[in-house]
Amino acid sequence: MSALPGGSGVAYKPQGDGGGHGGHHAQGAHGTFGGYVTGFVLSVVLTAIPFWLVMGDVLGDKLRTDVVVMAFAAVQIVVHMIYFLHMNTRSEGGWTFLSLMFTLTLVVIALAGSIWVMYHLDQNMMPMSPHEALHKP
Amino acid sequence: MHETTAPPGAARPVFYEREEHAHGDGGTLLGFWLYLMSDCLVFAALFATYGVLGRNYAAGPSGADLFDLRLVALNTGLLLLSSITYGFAMLEMDRERVDATLAWLAVTGLFGAAFLGVELYEFGHLIHEGAGPQRSAFLSSFFALVGTHGLHVTFGVVWLVTLMTQVRQYGLIAANRRRLMCLSMFWHFLDVVWIGVFTFVYLMGVSR
Repeated sequence: MSALPGGSGVAYKPQGDGGGHGGHHAQGAHGTFGGYVTGFVLSVVLTAIPFWLVMGDVLGDKLRTDVVVMAFAAVQIVVHMIYFLHMNTRSEGGWTFLSLMFTLTLVVIALAGSIWVMYHLDQNMMPMSPHEALHKP
Repeated sequence: MHETTAPPGAARPVFYEREEHAHGDGGTLLGFWLYLMSDCLVFAALFATYGVLGRNYAAGPSGADLFDLRLVALNTGLLLLSSITYGFAMLEMDRERVDATLAWLAVTGLFGAAFLGVELYEFGHLIHEGAGPQRSAFLSSFFALVGTHGLHVTFGVVWLVTLMTQVRQYGLIAANRRRLMCLSMFWHFLDVVWIGVFTFVYLMGVSR
């Protein structure tokens, strides 16, 4: 920072945000009351429906129930990311979003890969009853 | 970073901020976010372990026999409420209201503690029934996954109490704001992980 001649320099941000309260952080960086309430209501709905589906055995088919329940979880995770974690593609110059995408890629590979590989391994094992498995040497 | 320029017609130098440092935190928030992403990988490994071992009951009880979904629904509600009350604490922090911030943080901590209480009750009940982590691969991976999440919540509550003391002692200074923002991310992140837990472990373990 260059020396100010008698402190007469004027410092301002051309963007114009950061005013409002104290001026040391961008407005809305921690969300708004409406945002939190919206996220909360959406989360309650997105939690209640899968619990109702499973507890009431509404769909009557395990595979169908599991797929629907997982879809609700995926939507709720996105809701939490947006309304509670204030995720967007611009914060910290896009690095938070980039690191999130990288992590999600690794998570998908780890989860899908493990289950896929181990499922096939299981299929290739000798058939064994639970009783035999218990008394294996 | 500032640049001294003199726009045409300006008598005095004008300082522009070339980079927008929203919080002036020196990269702490990004660094903490990266920590959370690595924590996400820890949970991914535990979820993968559960995905592989979660049906190996060793002739023991299955999730459908053991899990009480009403308790899980209660716990989910407690954690969700603690998320929104932490959000309210952050809003009060923005308004520079120390007492209101502390009050919402206390409510958040109580919800967190209640969550832990219910979880410990559930664990104790399972172990009492002979369905402890040593019973089957399913229960080992169950206790590893859900226990790690519970341990995170425990440390979150300890951190929360520490920060409440800090805020009471020093007020909402810049360092405490930064710490509260980090804990905010940590807390909401744990709620996101819990969505995975109640979906994969509890709901899909009980669904027929």
